Amino acid sequence: MSGLKFGVIVFPGSNCSRDVAYVTRDRLGCETRMVWHRETDIHDLDVIVIPGGFSYGDYLRCGAIAQFSPVMRSVIDHANQGKPVLGICNGFQILTEVGLLPGALIRNRDLHFICETVSLTIERRDLFWTQGYATADGVISVPIAHGEGRYFADAEQLQQIEANNQVVFRYCDPSGVVTPDSNPNGSLDNIAGICNARGNVVGMMPHPERASDRLLGSEDGLAMFAGALAVLA
Amino acid sequence: MTQTYQAQVYVTLRPSVLDPAGTAVQSGLTQLGFTGVDRLRIGKYIELTIEADDEASASQQIDAMCDRLLANTTIENYRFDLHVVNPNTSEAVSA
Repeated sequence: MSGLKFGVIVFPGSNCSRDVAYVTRDRLGCETRMVWHRETDIHDLDVIVIPGGFSYGDYLRCGAIAQFSPVMRSVIDHANQGKPVLGICNGFQILTEVGLLPGALIRNRDLHFICETVSLTIERRDLFWTQGYATADGVISVPIAHGEGRYFADAEQLQQIEANNQVVFRYCDPSGVVTPDSNPNGSLDNIAGICNARGNVVGMMPHPERASDRLLGSEDGLAMFAGALAVLA
Repeated sequence: MTQTYQAQVYVTLRPSVLDPAGTAVQSGLTQLGFTGVDRLRIGKYIELTIEADDEASASQQIDAMCDRLLANTTIENYRFDLHVVNPNTSEAVSA
């Protein structure tokens, strides 16, 4: 067992929590604890993952209600201490609603719920979450599954995000070129994932946990979780 | 003595945010023959009652509610109307 302990936050309506735990616990052998949204003590955890799903039925806006869960106070403290937090899909939406990441995720440009595998460029390979890709090059193939994943920020925010190198992943074509045609949902600047200024909090619409086992067709997402072990193990 | 107010809150997408659902509905209207329809935007309507000392206090609280939860000001604007609720009839009358 690695010394790194993962926590996976579970809200009413989360539906990717077990997929994440399968990767961290069963594939990587890390101690992993499911954290119910009413819990407040998460000090035993090194790494927090907020999984995908439809927390609180996406009422009002995706992630809007989840931000007031008791556990989110503790997640904010965890993040403010510089510890790693990853929000996937609905988890990304929650991180923007709670203010840990800038911008918002809104209705896809073409209104469809999109469920497909997309190509991503990795713009930052130096983060806790992306160091597993440090020596790799090229694009990764990871599935997306969302109706509200179009990244939006106002002009000033966007300029700041780009200037601070806070874009972590962009939608691209299979050869790695970022084109309008490879943007599935209308996200500004083809943004698929970003980090905070400090780099410890990452949010992404694609699902790396669904690309972490050869049985599912791709292992391109595994390094998101495995790369972290090198440092803290 | 406190007074009951009814608030009617309108949450709309900021003008800079593309509204694909609004565009789709607008094209539906056009197909129905309603020509000349333009700038159709879809928003949310929220209604609530609140006990407050006076209108200024009610207004201040609704502002805080919108900023913290009812609207996401990164993508949305909001405005609201306040009406005094008649305690005998429970009907809202103009404030």
